[in-house]
Amino acid sequence: MTTPLLRVDDMRIALAGDGVTHNAVEGVSFEIGRGEAFGLVGESGCGKSITALAVMGLLRRPLSMAGGRIVLEGQEIQNASAAEMRRLRGKRIAMIFQEPMTALNPLSPVGRQIAEMFVLHEGMGWNEAMDRAEDALRQVRVPSPERRIRDYPHQLSGGMRQRVMIAIALACGPDLLVADEPTTALDVTVQAEIIDLMAELCAAKGTAILMISHDLGLVANMCRRVAVMYAGRIVEAQVSEAIFAHPTHPYTQGLVDSLPRLGERARRGRQRLREISGVVPSIAAYPGGCRFNPRCPASTGICREVAPDVTALPEGGLVRCYHHA
Amino acid sequence: MLLVLGRRLANVIPTLLAVVALVFLLFSVLPGSFISGMNEDGRSTIDPAVMERMRKEMGLDDPLIERFAKYVAHTAVGDLGISFRTREPVTKMLSGRIWPSLKLVLAAMTFAILVGVTLGFLAALKPGSLIDTASMIGAISGLSLSQFWFGLMLMYLFALKLQWLPSFGYGDGGLRNLVLPAIALGVGPMALLARTTRAAVLDVLNADFVRTARSKGMSERLVVKWHVLRNALVLVITIVGLQFGSLMGQAVVVEKLFAWPGVGSLMVDSVFQRDMPTVQGCILMIVLFFLVINTLVDLAYVVIDPRIRYR
Amino acid sequence: MSMALKLPRLRLKGGASLWVGGGLVAIAIAAAILAPWIALTDPVLDANLMNAEIPPCWDFPFGTDAQGRDIYSRIVYGARISLSVGIISQICNSLIGVTLGLTAGYWGGWWDDLVSGLTNLMLAIPSLVFALAIMAILGPGLVSLVIALGLTSWSYSCRIARAQVLSLKSQGYVQAARILGYGDLRIMFTQVLPNILGPLIVIATLGMGGAILAEAALSFLGLGIRPPFPSWGSMLSEARDQITTAPWLSVFPGLAIFFTVLGLNLLGDGLRDLLDPQSTTRRN
Repeated sequence: MTTPLLRVDDMRIALAGDGVTHNAVEGVSFEIGRGEAFGLVGESGCGKSITALAVMGLLRRPLSMAGGRIVLEGQEIQNASAAEMRRLRGKRIAMIFQEPMTALNPLSPVGRQIAEMFVLHEGMGWNEAMDRAEDALRQVRVPSPERRIRDYPHQLSGGMRQRVMIAIALACGPDLLVADEPTTALDVTVQAEIIDLMAELCAAKGTAILMISHDLGLVANMCRRVAVMYAGRIVEAQVSEAIFAHPTHPYTQGLVDSLPRLGERARRGRQRLREISGVVPSIAAYPGGCRFNPRCPASTGICREVAPDVTALPEGGLVRCYHHA
Repeated sequence: MLLVLGRRLANVIPTLLAVVALVFLLFSVLPGSFISGMNEDGRSTIDPAVMERMRKEMGLDDPLIERFAKYVAHTAVGDLGISFRTREPVTKMLSGRIWPSLKLVLAAMTFAILVGVTLGFLAALKPGSLIDTASMIGAISGLSLSQFWFGLMLMYLFALKLQWLPSFGYGDGGLRNLVLPAIALGVGPMALLARTTRAAVLDVLNADFVRTARSKGMSERLVVKWHVLRNALVLVITIVGLQFGSLMGQAVVVEKLFAWPGVGSLMVDSVFQRDMPTVQGCILMIVLFFLVINTLVDLAYVVIDPRIRYR
Repeated sequence: MSMALKLPRLRLKGGASLWVGGGLVAIAIAAAILAPWIALTDPVLDANLMNAEIPPCWDFPFGTDAQGRDIYSRIVYGARISLSVGIISQICNSLIGVTLGLTAGYWGGWWDDLVSGLTNLMLAIPSLVFALAIMAILGPGLVSLVIALGLTSWSYSCRIARAQVLSLKSQGYVQAARILGYGDLRIMFTQVLPNILGPLIVIATLGMGGAILAEAALSFLGLGIRPPFPSWGSMLSEARDQITTAPWLSVFPGLAIFFTVLGLNLLGDGLRDLLDPQSTTRRN
């Protein structure tokens, strides 16, 4: 068995506040193989973004990694020094963020922001780096790249800014691209383009993707395997076709059910949109036992007392539930 | 670029006009302030017939609009009237004093920027550290100081006790005379700049694009150099501009304390002597200066922040 | 997660400012109120030339001045002058500013244009210069000083009041009050005013510090409170000539000003963290 590109083992992220420490994320484990697209799905506040930040080593006070391991190609990096992490970032793992407007320096031309990567990691001079930046813009299909490199972020549309972010991230050919909700802030029509672009470029360069989103459909389309997070824990992980076809965790089932589907009205008549009742608990008030139990239609006594362990599923994948399908 | 300059200057004119109007109103509409002012300086009593003649001469009985129009017309060509006290044209009295005031304000601002912005940066880059706490305590103390008292203490320590620097006066216009007044004047803006810079830099350090920069694998030093510096400076420049205005006001007292021959000390003397035309002239001068500085600061903005350029 | 979570440290800092500042201000207020009891002598009348220019000692904790008056007592009485000038001028400024701001925002139109123009004008003239101009017209003295200071810094509270009115004008409960037939004035005072009370208090506190400094400056120049009355500023102007022979004369009034204003600034900062977390009152 080949070593996975990234392995996260039992990761725990602590949130310090007012003298009390909470575990924002607990027991999170997953693997991403070389060149594989892996999705991490969950609602806002479930901890998926900070998981991504932890992998990049970008957690800042009051968040910190309090336990577990992050292994990049066999090398443990959770305790790496700041200097070591800096060598990895941009070169081997790169990240793109949700809000392309605020994620780019408003006072610096976008070409220069791409060129920084080449100057930083490949020791190029600025002139050569700007030429490479122009190439990079061409690769992400920005029209008239020779003019665009001198533009400022506010002169570009949201979609184009995200393309610039992708160009920056993939500039030095990293092994892993962490994408934190890259299309959430974009128009629906642009979303599809960006996702396709990402998939195509990463496939061409052999870059693995850690795709983080709240959109189960989007993630399942793009990624080979998907993990679902709830309240800081991974509650289910399967191959993407399976997660749609037979979701095993009640939460996943709720997510899949709540997606409105074409043609349903014709088949089943008018129906209310299905929702998962209740709200996502805040970090300070995670329920005891299984964290989903207050909202779960299948919850029983033991669910409230003891958090379920991981159960391996017969077709591959895993789930954390006493009453999984 | 020229368009922006033109537009900004055009904004100055109405404000200037309004100030001229205000100054005119204040000094002319209030009953008897002009002539009785001459009387009340206690140095001479003018007999009523002479006063009557002076009124006619100065056209004080003409309708207000006429007087205002005349005043604006005179001011526009640089004729600010004749001083009650010295009988010289106010413009002549002012012209000799502009450069000393300018020197003082520029020196004070330079000191304030160099020390204040540096401290603010250092404090923000190491929040919670000793330098942070010390700078901020220093800053709030600087804001609470009576600038002339601070000047007095400086004078005592450095000029009288240690005898390193002259205690007052313009001297030959050299640097040695400038040091104490500039520091006394600059300590207030320095304190404000330290606080504002610190807040601005902290804001920027928490910004999304700085996180992006870090995610690129940049060292913290490069992050500050390439991304934080310019963005924080944009925020700081606003304060610098505004502080210039207040500096002109504070300079009045510092100039008097150090016997500095500037516009401010002229104004104070004129107020004492109820020399209205000179007081008016000084106010206009000071406000003009403030407006010009603000325009320059606006221009600096345009150069630094491309978002404004392409509006 | 784009913004870092709020650091818990911050709250402690706000607290420290509040307490230290409040303490200093309380001392100043106490000194002012209790002056007749805690002063050693009458600040104006007890002038004994035999005691002229004695440095600080047991009998005269802060020394005596050229007329033989006890500096400590003068400072204590001086607190009354400085603080009352500060308070009265700030009340004046707030009243003017809030009235103008509320009405400008609420009624809009030419009134708003006029007020906004006036505000911009005030901001173009340095406040000390403006105060000097007013004193030039009114002549020196305590009354003109208070009037001058009361007219110079209303623009800050005006802007806050106006901004708040504008943002609330379209909100539900203001419109509801209108429909119910509440008069304009009533709406302004019962609906809008409570919302700006916090920032207003911050502005007034910080403004008081500024007013005390301005009063000191004007008295120092000889335009405000004239000797023999023990304003801290006028004490400093008297002390100036004796700086070489009796330096303590300059030190103590200045320290009194410093600590009082420092207290007000710290208090204002602390109050700002408490009452105005979005810092609409940042003096920008």
